[in-house]
Amino acid sequence: MSGPHKDEITGTDTTGHEWDGIRELDNPLPRWWLWVFYACILFSIGYWVVMPAWPGLAGHTRGLLGQSDRAEVAKALKDLERQRGKGAAVLRGASLQQIEADPQLQAYALQVGQSVFGDNCATCHGAGGAGARGYPNLRDDVWLWGGSLEDIHHTLTVGVRSGHADTRVSQMPAFGRDGMLDQAKIADLTEYVVAISGGKADRAAAARAAPLFAEQCASCHGATGQGDVKQGAPDLTDGEWLYGSDHAAISGQIHAGRGGVMPAWGQRFSPETLKALAVYIHANAGGQDK
Amino acid sequence: MSTALLDRYRPAPGAMLLLALLIIGGLIMAVVAGMTDDPLFRIHSFIFVAAAVLGGFALTAGISGEQLRDEPDRYMDGVIRAGVIATMFWGAVGMLVGVVIAAQLSWPTIFYFPEAGWLNFGRLRPLHTSGVIFAFGGNALIATSFWVVQRTCRARLAGGIAPWFVFWGYQLFIVLAATGYLAGVTQSKEYAEPEWYIDIWLTIVWVAYLLVFLGTIWKRKEPHIYVANWFYLAFIVTVALLHVVNNLSLPIGLLNSRSYSLFAGVQDALTQWWYGHNAVGFFLTAGFLGMMYYFVPKRVDRPVYSYRLSIVHFWSLIFIYIWAGPHHLHYTALPQWAQTLGMTFSIMLWMPSWGGMINGLMTLSGAWDKLRTDPVVRMMVVAIAFYGMSTFEGPVMSIRAVNALSHYTDWTIGHVHSGALGWVGFISFGAIYCLVPWLWKKERLFSNALVEWHFWIATTGIVLYICAMWVSGIMEGLMWRAYTPEGYLAYSFIETVSAKHIENIIRTVGGLMFLSGTLIMIYNLWRTVRMPSVQGAEATPAALPAPVAA
Repeated sequence: MSGPHKDEITGTDTTGHEWDGIRELDNPLPRWWLWVFYACILFSIGYWVVMPAWPGLAGHTRGLLGQSDRAEVAKALKDLERQRGKGAAVLRGASLQQIEADPQLQAYALQVGQSVFGDNCATCHGAGGAGARGYPNLRDDVWLWGGSLEDIHHTLTVGVRSGHADTRVSQMPAFGRDGMLDQAKIADLTEYVVAISGGKADRAAAARAAPLFAEQCASCHGATGQGDVKQGAPDLTDGEWLYGSDHAAISGQIHAGRGGVMPAWGQRFSPETLKALAVYIHANAGGQDK
Repeated sequence: MSTALLDRYRPAPGAMLLLALLIIGGLIMAVVAGMTDDPLFRIHSFIFVAAAVLGGFALTAGISGEQLRDEPDRYMDGVIRAGVIATMFWGAVGMLVGVVIAAQLSWPTIFYFPEAGWLNFGRLRPLHTSGVIFAFGGNALIATSFWVVQRTCRARLAGGIAPWFVFWGYQLFIVLAATGYLAGVTQSKEYAEPEWYIDIWLTIVWVAYLLVFLGTIWKRKEPHIYVANWFYLAFIVTVALLHVVNNLSLPIGLLNSRSYSLFAGVQDALTQWWYGHNAVGFFLTAGFLGMMYYFVPKRVDRPVYSYRLSIVHFWSLIFIYIWAGPHHLHYTALPQWAQTLGMTFSIMLWMPSWGGMINGLMTLSGAWDKLRTDPVVRMMVVAIAFYGMSTFEGPVMSIRAVNALSHYTDWTIGHVHSGALGWVGFISFGAIYCLVPWLWKKERLFSNALVEWHFWIATTGIVLYICAMWVSGIMEGLMWRAYTPEGYLAYSFIETVSAKHIENIIRTVGGLMFLSGTLIMIYNLWRTVRMPSVQGAEATPAALPAPVAA
């Protein structure tokens, strides 16, 4: 600490205090700083007057502009509905086949479908729709629940194991986990499935499992293992596998019987959007016409 | 130990008490480790036990080896040296993790091991944020505050052994938090991820820190309290308040690592961002302003520009900052009136923040030539410049119309890093470049040229980082809101992610450059410590200077 003191370089007084050699000049507040500070405060007061601002015991001040985020969101949604409305009306009146047959309608549906697919379906099925382990590939001609326009549209509407009243549902039993078959039988059955899908398999083991397949699997997958679209039972002979094609993956599936879930999009999308999405998926895949 | 020895040698006050507490605490945690069914809780119990055992041995050795002397007439610098080492160690770790996760964002499959979940981005990200904010920044604040409060009060740190407890207790907190993040212990509150028992531990350590700081101010030999200490004190007090309130929760069991927050829904969100924004305000702003107010005038050897400005901007900053949190929740379930208040208080915060910048920069008047000759001064001045830039950018981003575009985008990440790398990083580096020769009694740093290299590499890194984030942030913000003429979203989310691939790579390079600068600094400091000491100064703690005649 020391008495009054003048800084030699600037000629300004210091406050007279000193800490570890540090002094402080007695400069005033910079004017521009003070005025900008006041301006910010004034702006804020003005903003409080015109916008919803201060809470009280009963609600809050509404502001002179009467602005409300909730009202604006409602209006924006209504505007969006109007923007979508024109195209939607045309889609609503047309059947899936008509949309696909009319180049103009189809082009419109594809644009809508692409946007909706990217934001909702791509998360599981991939940006291009090629799928991943456990998530079906939508670009090939293999369809668990059928690949016609109507089939796709229906699957989209009700979902798979979705909880929807009419959901598509199939249940592969967990033969191993639930103790229905022992390890040796699952191993034989695995060889059988690999054999009918054209893979390299132990022929003796596959032969042993043939009666087992007829007894346990054929009711859904069919006597020849070609599956049944009506039940959502996969074709085991086409070389396409949802959960992997090697021995371990196949025996794992016989053991645990996994099945994925797809939401029922009918509850989320308008009927027009569902149609557009079905047309988009159908057009981008090896869609079936039957 | 004979009574005669005890008469001659008096260990630092509290040493025996701390030893007793360590033994009791260690035993309790050993029992807890045996009783709990929660494997994560057991790991952390064992870490507590290990800390108690190591601390007990070190304390016993210190007491019996007469190293923990009570020397009321000397400054306590050992704990500051330890703090400087810890700062640089955690800094390098935290920044390295930052580079790793930046690389993961650039190349999603890099460092990705599905079977080692603890290396996933989600686990590493809090390790990075807490590592740089709390481990690097926190240690820098504790170490510098211990130096500043002693020198500007001309008093030894209060509390006997307590400063060492604060230091090691804080390191234990860091280890618990970091191992918890990797193992999956989290309460999912950003920047407040540690679970209830780690929060309680930090509260104990923090209260000890507050008492040490207050006690030192209490016994000061200066009539007035220096401005740096106001800022440090505001930082310590407010962080205690923020930490305790935001972490109020109910553990699902006293032998379990999980808990439920006392708040739910939008109240939880608002409490979290009241905490989150003031962690920026009082940890990363007020604390580091305290650092600036000592090390800048000290290094350039000039008086602080304006005492009046320091008073006005201090109190306005403290009063206004605490209300700005709701701007993190624009256009959410938070009522609109609360958003209005959050935004306007953020705008009013602009000048109070800039008061610190003006006072820092104008302190150089009469010594601007040092910008050219002293790279440490240049580093601190650039820190102040980044401080000014990000405290302007913040109010701008708090404006609802701007926030509608910037929120959730990389712009926010860039904003945080111009503050974190530019301001917090550089002002800490500047302070530590000052401190190391003082603490280890060296005439100068090992190499000024290496400081130049550090400065230019790190500055270029920051510029690359924030420019890349501006571009990618605004781009993804625009892509998210783009509609097709039919009225449907034009881009899927993944398209906006792949669109910023190049910017992500530039960000990684920028971060790598900043980390490289830090490694250069560590080498420079290590060589400085190894230089011969100033004659006659050895490694003894500095004696308190005789009072200056009034």
